[in-house]
Amino acid sequence: MAFTDQQLERYSRHIILKEFGTKGQKKLMAAKALIVGAGGLGSPAAMYLAAAGVGTIGLADGDVVDLSNLQRQILHSTADVGKAKVESGAETIAALNPEVNVNLHRGPVKADNVLDLIAGYDFVLDGTDNFPAKFLINDACVLSQKPFSHAGIIRFQGQLTTYLPGQGPCYRCIFLKPPPPEAVPTCRQAGVIGAMAGVIGCLQALEAIKCLTGMGQPLTGALLVFDALTMDFRKIKVPSRPSCPVCGQNPTITEPQDYELAACDLKAP
Amino acid sequence: MKLTIGGETKNFKDDLTVAELLAEEKVQNPEYVTVAVNDEFVDGPLESRRVLVEGDHIEFLYFMGGGRPWPSPTNN
Repeated sequence: MAFTDQQLERYSRHIILKEFGTKGQKKLMAAKALIVGAGGLGSPAAMYLAAAGVGTIGLADGDVVDLSNLQRQILHSTADVGKAKVESGAETIAALNPEVNVNLHRGPVKADNVLDLIAGYDFVLDGTDNFPAKFLINDACVLSQKPFSHAGIIRFQGQLTTYLPGQGPCYRCIFLKPPPPEAVPTCRQAGVIGAMAGVIGCLQALEAIKCLTGMGQPLTGALLVFDALTMDFRKIKVPSRPSCPVCGQNPTITEPQDYELAACDLKAP
Repeated sequence: MKLTIGGETKNFKDDLTVAELLAEEKVQNPEYVTVAVNDEFVDGPLESRRVLVEGDHIEFLYFMGGGRPWPSPTNN
């Protein structure tokens, strides 16, 4: 595959990087990345992956754009309020880089669709805003042996880790199971500084680009924690858990599960 | 004794357990905080009675999610 003159110009700052070069750019252009959640984290991730020329970007989200999203979800504009986030996101990506092929997955990610959803992609970015979805994506990626980036943000803090199949801990190794409802604060209750989504979402995009091109050392075996008030980035070593229910030696989770349904089941007579 | 908590070294009384440290550091909802001592996870009530020793480094790992309360009608 030869580059067009326009591509050489568009991606010239990538191509000039010794570690990246035309090889890295070609890998990106052939790559497929899925972003689950076209919100705070997914916005900058989608825009930088699109700008970088990732060949196919999947956007999965069931929500519509709300005015309260715009403080941090830069994929969407004021005129997009009320529009499906995946459609608004696809328009932003098309305007930024029309060479990118965008797949829209409108609707919630559930246990019965998550494996099919991620199957066509090389790398998954978890930009979701809730724990059942985060555990669902983790389990699906572990079961499918798919690399993915976890991230979470709250108030002035953010966290990030990268799962590589067979090479380090998964999200469940660190956190085991979703916390019960209301046990931990959410951004709606606790707030989040908008630019935090930018910092952490961009780090997810970097991890995706590194994994898709094979550059550098991915953030595996560590949880990166960022505190905006002190500007401290800390890389905390985390081990794999041999007893992890999904990636451990004797896994008990062998298929994706919906936690909402499990909670309803408990209430049933 | 000196312990390093989240990268910061501080003085504590001797024979402090993990559970006592969580209380002393005023960690909220400690049952939902993952604790690592010297890069190994400390799990459950049994291990939370583990006695810390001089020089241990301890990390508290907190859940960070996002904008939606749980449970919710949709999940993304």
